[in-house]
Amino acid sequence: MARYIIRRLLVFIPMLFLLTLIIFSLAKAAPGDPLTGKQLDPTVSKEVYEIQREELGLNDPLPTQYWNWLSSFTSGDFGQSMYYNGRSVESLISSRLLNTVYLGILAYLITLAVSIPLGIYSARRPYSLLDNTATTFGFVGLAIPNFFFGLIGIYIFSIHLGWFPSQSTMSDPLLTGIPAFMDRLHHMILPAITLAMAGTATYMRYVRSEALDILGSEYIRMAKAKGMKERTVLYKHTLRNALIPIITLSGYEFGILLGGAVITEQVFNYSGLGMLFIESIVNRDYPVIMAINLLLGATILLGNLLSDILYSVADPRIRYD
Amino acid sequence: MQSNSNILQIEKLQTYFYISDNKVAKAVDGVSLSIKQGETLALVGESGSGKSMTALSTLKLINRPGKIVGGSIYLNGVDIVSKTEKEMESIRGNEMAMIFQEPMTALNPVFTIGNQLVEMIRRHKKVSKKQAFERAIELLRIVDIPRPDEIIHEYPHQLSGGMRQRVMIAIAISCEPKLLIADEPTTALDVTIQGQILDLLLEMQKKFNMSILLITHDLGVVAKYADEVAVMYGGQVVEQAPVKQLMNEPNHPYTVGLMSSLPSIKNPKNRLETIDGTIPPAYDFPLGCRFSTRCSQVMDRCIQAPPALYSLRDDHDVRCFLYEEGVAINGD
Repeated sequence: MARYIIRRLLVFIPMLFLLTLIIFSLAKAAPGDPLTGKQLDPTVSKEVYEIQREELGLNDPLPTQYWNWLSSFTSGDFGQSMYYNGRSVESLISSRLLNTVYLGILAYLITLAVSIPLGIYSARRPYSLLDNTATTFGFVGLAIPNFFFGLIGIYIFSIHLGWFPSQSTMSDPLLTGIPAFMDRLHHMILPAITLAMAGTATYMRYVRSEALDILGSEYIRMAKAKGMKERTVLYKHTLRNALIPIITLSGYEFGILLGGAVITEQVFNYSGLGMLFIESIVNRDYPVIMAINLLLGATILLGNLLSDILYSVADPRIRYD
Repeated sequence: MQSNSNILQIEKLQTYFYISDNKVAKAVDGVSLSIKQGETLALVGESGSGKSMTALSTLKLINRPGKIVGGSIYLNGVDIVSKTEKEMESIRGNEMAMIFQEPMTALNPVFTIGNQLVEMIRRHKKVSKKQAFERAIELLRIVDIPRPDEIIHEYPHQLSGGMRQRVMIAIAISCEPKLLIADEPTTALDVTIQGQILDLLLEMQKKFNMSILLITHDLGVVAKYADEVAVMYGGQVVEQAPVKQLMNEPNHPYTVGLMSSLPSIKNPKNRLETIDGTIPPAYDFPLGCRFSTRCSQVMDRCIQAPPALYSLRDDHDVRCFLYEEGVAINGD
């Protein structure tokens, strides 16, 4: 097992390297640079920008620029933002990262809490009213884009009912302790539900079809023949087996959650990594773009590794050596 | 009709599957059986004859769109057809247990042998976890599993087919049921293991004074292990007799066909005989005798109306017009 994990981790290195190369090329292929947007200011002469460009190394040949970035990155220096007047990339990201992590965790908990019981109940009574309702909800959840669902949520629950705030991560930065936690949670609920929507629908469909298969299997009949209660048959014998593919799915869910967060955070003006990402793309803030991309890439790779490890825990027939 | 010495008495059981509005599969159609305490009744027939459905009906484990639509099932004198699902849960495993055909697919792959044994014991007996665990090890020892204290921590995929079937038997007898239903318990096993498993079943039967409903299509097994035999065809019992009686004197053309498709040492043949054709689907039985489409002695009346079950003597019944001079015991 340890050898397997080490081998997998070693494979990550070339993959991440390749990722930086692709992202760098794509970012550079977009027209303009960090100073393009600022050039509109008529009081600053063109020469000043040229000096700036020279200082930032934006006039160097592309391979040199890439090499400079890579060498400082591998020595542990993530570089400085080209837009926020030399603020370090590290401090920019760390100020936003936790907000996104909290949002992702809450969204994932909502996904699990809704999709598993709904999936199991749908499988227990296929084509019943509840199953059909859940299936409809599932397709609607998959079909409606995140941002649209977010806007509907804001319209109903913020503007009309006034239950949840529609903007920002907290209302008063001076709060501490439990009130601060509750305030943050209050702000997170709408974006988290929005973010959880697509995942919930997918998971529910997966749990339903898995459970439906398993409920027809011989070992479920055996469990019933042993006289096990229906609850035990469903939530022990069926669920435990239905979770095996779900665990595989959860590795990819990491990436989907983070990707979804980019849009959701924008809709709710939620100051997280996703918003920083969009800002840095708009501003062509290359060091920030590169760092966030690497972070997302590493998260997805680690998520997949974690799901493979969990897979072997959930299914005793799988062993890695 | 209910006799006290019978552990299980099934009367005119009907289990139908409502496939669509005008398509009803009569998987079990008026089956009557009885098993005395400590005896074995073999249910014989080819695939699709309704023998497995009869077994599952006995446990009331028929999945939709199937349903028990008629008849009674007396377990120790109590009719269980009217019992609720909750009541059935405490009967299943406790008063009657079942052994399935495929030991690989019938054991849950993600739980240890111990877990699957202990949950059964703790479901029906009021014992602590530790007591149940000790009992589980003892049960594994009873079914001749080597190293039971290690095997109990293993998963089904780590065991051989024969071992898994022994585990299944251990689970089935763990609450000392009065009735054991064994649905082709040796079909999935190597020939060398089959005998061992059947001998083990016989040993357990004596030890716990269990009655066994043995479902099989292997007439060799029937001859060796059963006391009574019921031959099923098209969801009905077509012949029923004590095992020696039936073996020596098969009457129904279907039973005769089954017998002659067996190899025999006394009369070696170059080619084994077969019964032409296949069993008709349960939603499309012929109007008359259900075997009439394949019977070598079919008569006009066989096609027009179904025969009743006629009694040749006290304990030998045949569903065939050839034996009509016997007394019809089943007015339908």
